[in-house]
Amino acid sequence: MPAPCKPTVAVFKFSSCDGCQLQLLNMEDELLALAGAVEIANFLEARRRVLPGPYDIALVEGSVSTPHEAETIKKIRGEAKLLIAIGACATAGGIQALRNRADADEYARHVYPHPEYLHYLPKATPISAHVKVDLELYGCPVNKEEVLEAVTALLQDRKPNLPQHSVCLECKRNGTVCVMVAKGMLCLGPVTRSGCGAICPANGRGCYGCFGPQPGVDLKTLVPTLRAMEKDPREAARLLSHVSGFAPAFANAAEEILAEEKKQ
Amino acid sequence: MSATKSTEIRSIEVPALARVEGEGGLYIGVKGGKINQIKVNIYEPPRFFEGFLRGRSLYEVPDITARICGICPVAYQMSSVNALEAAQGVKITPPIRALRRLLYCAEYIESHALHIYLLQAPDLLGQESAISLAEVAPEVVTKALRMKKVGNALLRVIGGRSVHPVSTTVGGFYRWPEKAALEALLPELEWSAQAAVDEVRWAAGLAYPEFEVDAEYVATRHPDEYGVLEGRVVSSTGLDIPPSEFDRHYLEEHVAHCNSLHSHTQAGNSYMVGPLARFNLNHGQLGKTSQSLIKELKIQFPIRNPFKALLARSFELVDAYEDAVRLIREYRPEGPSRILFDPKPGEGSGVSEAPRGLLFHKYTVGAGGLIEKARIVPPTSQNYARMEADLWKFAPTVIAKPHEEATLACEHLIRSYDPCISCSVHFVRWVNEDTV
Ligand code: SF4
Ligand code: SF4
Ligand code: SF4
Repeated sequence: MPAPCKPTVAVFKFSSCDGCQLQLLNMEDELLALAGAVEIANFLEARRRVLPGPYDIALVEGSVSTPHEAETIKKIRGEAKLLIAIGACATAGGIQALRNRADADEYARHVYPHPEYLHYLPKATPISAHVKVDLELYGCPVNKEEVLEAVTALLQDRKPNLPQHSVCLECKRNGTVCVMVAKGMLCLGPVTRSGCGAICPANGRGCYGCFGPQPGVDLKTLVPTLRAMEKDPREAARLLSHVSGFAPAFANAAEEILAEEKKQ
Repeated sequence: MSATKSTEIRSIEVPALARVEGEGGLYIGVKGGKINQIKVNIYEPPRFFEGFLRGRSLYEVPDITARICGICPVAYQMSSVNALEAAQGVKITPPIRALRRLLYCAEYIESHALHIYLLQAPDLLGQESAISLAEVAPEVVTKALRMKKVGNALLRVIGGRSVHPVSTTVGGFYRWPEKAALEALLPELEWSAQAAVDEVRWAAGLAYPEFEVDAEYVATRHPDEYGVLEGRVVSSTGLDIPPSEFDRHYLEEHVAHCNSLHSHTQAGNSYMVGPLARFNLNHGQLGKTSQSLIKELKIQFPIRNPFKALLARSFELVDAYEDAVRLIREYRPEGPSRILFDPKPGEGSGVSEAPRGLLFHKYTVGAGGLIEKARIVPPTSQNYARMEADLWKFAPTVIAKPHEEATLACEHLIRSYDPCISCSVHFVRWVNEDTV
């Protein structure tokens, strides 16, 4: 068989909800053009045909939560020129990482009658904890325009243009009245990376940080504010421990709050 | 892969069952020319949701359970809020309920359109995927994508985004969506409603594999409408129970080869949930267009061919578009979008129909509105035992065919269930133990 001349893109799933892959299938207007421009070499949710590596780009969804996954990701890294981690699971451990601060064995006993049948790692970790990642795209789910931008940019050998500001700025742009100021709701928007279009405040609720911490952000000023806003400061700790809760900035802040609580 | 003559029983390994959500496998063992083992093997990693819901506020539950499945987050949100509202004694108003139904219509549109055209139809049309289908019949795929797109657009208007929408809460919605934004979708929904009618005729004419089984069907039933949003749990054996009794009648078992629990009836039988179960049990409650299509196409109930779940889905799609159009026309965002309440201790169960089947949730809420116990029974774990039972009957009828064809046929059977493994199947293996 002659080598395909189109760039090859492969999509892989680890521990996840498939939501980020679905974002690819949700590109109703671009899907066929994309499938024409690149060779979709591996994308089990969409196609049965699987082409062997190497791949120009591997898009990886999900976190690493089993011994098998820890092995597979190394193999994929070996076959991919560029590896992009997509979504909160792949970049921060995601919702699975909610178990990281607890005892996974205890969880297993709680959920499964025969935990001895299961194989899992004590922690669910982002892809970058296992292999070198060339680019991370955040969000739960990832923003499909960002995926498209990243793939196009990388294929054109330029730097992808991805947002670096916080959700707050997005609120201002949208003209959304601040739910923290106007309604006293807890909101992680000031410290969360934008990319979603600030949809939570636009829907009348606070941001729970699904795009993860804004790069270089400092939570020192926000945390006391959040703590002071609720009768039970653990509310703030829970808000920080959501789908991006294992991202270091959020995890540390949540731990600080809980430690503070214990002292009192 | 070994090339073999069709008369031999071979040892076959095929890498992956595709076009399903999540990870798992199917193992078919052959000994002495006979199938001696069938296992639907789910190696989707265990995800412990019930564990980490404990200690969370009840208000966080719809956001967390949505992450069980990216394809049907609304179903997880709805079963959650139904169960928690039952636990809290919260009654929602008719406008809130109508908006919930509209949000659910949007998910049915997005999920069913995806499954019919992109995931299952390629099997019936001899294609490996919608991508290859698009090369030979671009008009089919383009139309399908258009039909699916409006579902996602509707999800965005109501919930901010299509995967894991953010507007749902216990007691209602954080805010009412704008009427104008909803109405802007009407032309596309009306176009799709008409397209969906044509697609039912197309779906009825497809060459489904000839295969029939007797299964027990289980679905949600509501007195006034096709059961989707809430209702009692009914079965083809005459069971009719409130959601609170669900886990007394349907039991989950943890089997060694699978990370998903398997469900059985109390008597130990397998049962089927999903579009075919709903269609068989509740077709009389579908709208007028569906009723005339049922007559026109002379559909006989019950439909006992699991491959024809696609047909059931295409009927439900007609209804989802029509209902969406009606609900937008009647949309009156009156009163609060959200019923406020003081969380108190209590226990509650709830069901709703995910596009792939009945979804049961049960919560125990403790002091301060924190979750003490959670139990979630997703549709796919209820269907596993049924899939295995089907395969016991189906696999012997195809085993003599060439390896690729036999494997594809079994994969197709699993795929027709639209298994949502994240909420399970990438591996079909036929193993000849005589040669192992
Ligand atoms: S990041 Fe969110 S949407 Fe993406 S796979 Fe993980 S849970 Fe699903
Ligand atoms: S609502 Fe949240 S994100 Fe928006 S401006 Fe206020 S604090 Fe920032
Ligand atoms: S506002 Fe925050 S929680 Fe909501 S979608 Fe955006 S980043 Fe995620």
